[in-house]
Amino acid sequence: MEQKLKIDKIRDGTVIDHIPAGRALIVLKILGISGRESNVITVAMNVKSKKFGKKDIIKIENRELTMEEVNKIALIAPSATINIIRDFNVIEKRKVKVPETIYNLIKCPNPRCISNKENEPITPIFHLKSESPLTLVCNYCGEIIPSDWVVKSLTRGL
Amino acid sequence: MTLTGKDLISTKDLTREDYEYIFEITKRIEGRNAQGLTHVLPDRIIALLFFEPSTRTRLSFSTAVKRLGGETIGFSGEEATSIMKGENLADTIRVVEQYADAIVIRHPLDGSAKYAAQVANIPVINAGSGAEEHPTQALLDLYTILREKGTIDELTIGLIGDLRYSRTVHSLLYALTNFDVTVYLISPPLLKLGESIKGHLHEKGVHFKEFDNLADCISELDVLYVTRIQRERFVHPEEYLKVKDSYKINMKTLSNAKENLIVMHPLPRVGEISHEVDNTSHAVYFKQVRYGLYVRMAILSMIFGREDRITG
Repeated sequence: MEQKLKIDKIRDGTVIDHIPAGRALIVLKILGISGRESNVITVAMNVKSKKFGKKDIIKIENRELTMEEVNKIALIAPSATINIIRDFNVIEKRKVKVPETIYNLIKCPNPRCISNKENEPITPIFHLKSESPLTLVCNYCGEIIPSDWVVKSLTRGL
Repeated sequence: MTLTGKDLISTKDLTREDYEYIFEITKRIEGRNAQGLTHVLPDRIIALLFFEPSTRTRLSFSTAVKRLGGETIGFSGEEATSIMKGENLADTIRVVEQYADAIVIRHPLDGSAKYAAQVANIPVINAGSGAEEHPTQALLDLYTILREKGTIDELTIGLIGDLRYSRTVHSLLYALTNFDVTVYLISPPLLKLGESIKGHLHEKGVHFKEFDNLADCISELDVLYVTRIQRERFVHPEEYLKVKDSYKINMKTLSNAKENLIVMHPLPRVGEISHEVDNTSHAVYFKQVRYGLYVRMAILSMIFGREDRITG
């Protein structure tokens, strides 16, 4: 008998599904969810998936994430889908899309970039150059950022 | 097209029409030999903020402001360190904009001019940002080519030297994407042009080829743009020693060149061009300096919308 996923359905909140296996913790970090919030957050990792073999799922109760918030996760989980749940029903289902501009999430790999200067009140800003393969451009120095740097940068400290 | 109230940060931001208009105003200033124009900016103060040592560019801007009747304030190099007392760039810009009507900035970090422009509420002109860009140099380089060759289109332009770290090369290449030119990139392997700029040239459909040796292509060139190998950009001195004497332009090098080839250099030179070349018709690097004054006067008058005060 196939083992069933032992996570309850949520009444209200957001379900982030189809996260590439092993990246749920990075997704939480990007969303700024530390676990110290009062609402229930369920994280399932390496769950069986027909489409991907394995996947991660995050359920956030009593909080509806905006697309602006969740689109940032497309940087490392482009396949993720967002389900907004109200009274156990999916009222909205959307795919994530890398935002055109990304603020304050990663650092520029160019050590000579002004955005890496200490004591400077500067927000790192990157523009999307290509979605596949993921390529960003630094707003300040024009450095081209490949996807492996984005992942490396986001997983630092995990 | 208007530059009024705008910043000049990158040659990537300018269109072919922009270049042509800037050259039209520059030509008017050249026609007057930069004289009798002190009525253009008599009420304007320009801050020259040079966080890196500079002689030529700073003198050029300073002269341009004075020839237009304006005043300058500012600092340069070492002086900057003591004046700033550890203050960040954003604060310096916010302080200076209380005094001046425009800012000309040179800074050792990439992206610094763009950031300064983001912070400032007055126009910012990039006078060299890290190894990234030096747009006014590129404008004067193009104007030199236009004046000396009569056209920029349909020329074969060779750039030799430090193509990796030279901001003048980067800005010039971005600018050349607006013209129908063939570009030859000549450099030792260690100093080849970075992939991102090559990608940009591809995207814009610029015809370019790479060479290790000048001898392989000099006979085809209409313009030879020589750059200095910058010791200060090398982390390891032995790498600098490996490439420092990798090319030298002298009469022998030029023996296979077209008779009307022009040799350009953003200066300072340290030995890349032999002095014997100075007295030949190939050498235009000192004329370049004069053209630079006209171009900077044109840009300064345009950011204040005062170019109509310059009559031909």
